[in-house]
Amino acid sequence: MASHTTTPSNVNLWGGGVEPLKASYGKLMMWFFLLSDTFTFSALLITYGLIRFSHQAYVGDIHNFTFSTEYWPVPDMVFNGIPFLHGVHLPLVFVGIMTFILIMSSVTMVLAVEAGHRMHKKDVEKWMLWTILGGILFLSCQAWEWTHLIVGTEHGLQVKDVWGNVSRTVFGANMVENEYGPPAFADLFFFITGFHGTHVLSGVIINIIIFYNTVIGVYERTGHYEMVEKVGLYWHFVDLVWVFVFTFFYLI
Amino acid sequence: MDIVQQSPSPVAIEKGNTWVIWRTFWILLAVTALEFLIAFTVDGKLIRITTFLLLTLVKAFYIVGEFMHLKHEAKTLIWSILIPTIFVIWFVVALMVEGDYILMAR
Repeated sequence: MASHTTTPSNVNLWGGGVEPLKASYGKLMMWFFLLSDTFTFSALLITYGLIRFSHQAYVGDIHNFTFSTEYWPVPDMVFNGIPFLHGVHLPLVFVGIMTFILIMSSVTMVLAVEAGHRMHKKDVEKWMLWTILGGILFLSCQAWEWTHLIVGTEHGLQVKDVWGNVSRTVFGANMVENEYGPPAFADLFFFITGFHGTHVLSGVIINIIIFYNTVIGVYERTGHYEMVEKVGLYWHFVDLVWVFVFTFFYLI
Repeated sequence: MDIVQQSPSPVAIEKGNTWVIWRTFWILLAVTALEFLIAFTVDGKLIRITTFLLLTLVKAFYIVGEFMHLKHEAKTLIWSILIPTIFVIWFVVALMVEGDYILMAR
């Protein structure tokens, strides 16, 4: 690993200025923070898996599927709305758009990092701005998705009492009950996408700070754009988590 | 790694080399499109879950390896990030099995 670098003497090794693993302090800390965040998100997603496995799965033809608290809902049937097309059954389309937005903003982030390597201030500004825009767009989509789920469908779910008579109708989802399936389904959905959304929100805020610093020329004076790289790591991680949330919530 | 330059040049280089970034983007897009195709056409439950998980790992590899640049870091750094995630795999297996038992006990 360090074959081509001159080995510093023991005094120099502890004298500062030596980079272990050939990465700066800030970048290493970001990596290990992200590793710990990985465990947090894994715990949440695995909890989703555990609770889902401990509920009955829907058996039978997908065309005859109806919502019931007896079994876990089929995601295609829950997440099938898209703005301005009310009542049209379009499974996965909206979340596909959201995934595309986030991957795209990840690309613009790498382009900002790449521009930073070239010390090209204008390009860094341009790509950081696109990244911020992508983040805001994603959050807006998520706000719509949440509203869609909370408001629910027109017909709702009719809840029967112990004698089998319809006692009332549940519309949409909240923390206690929902029309789509077992209460835990909505709880986990709101908690996990909410936790991810909080990460996106803080990512957008940090990106705005870095964008501001770039504009006023902080990194040009420092001589490198490593801060862009560090927030880039965080931003890609948010994208990475979404890839997993997408698979577990919407595909499987 | 060339972030910490010995003598930072104040001169900006106009054109960058971005083809690797765009290649990674197209791969990610293609894999996502493939997932959609499978979601709408393939029926088998087990085969669906397995392919979705594998394709997710493919996407994770490209995001972490290329976008987060981990593929090009020092070997020790790569392993210190990857080895702890092995615990996650164990975690998944353990709790899925547990979930099945909870269902049986209900």
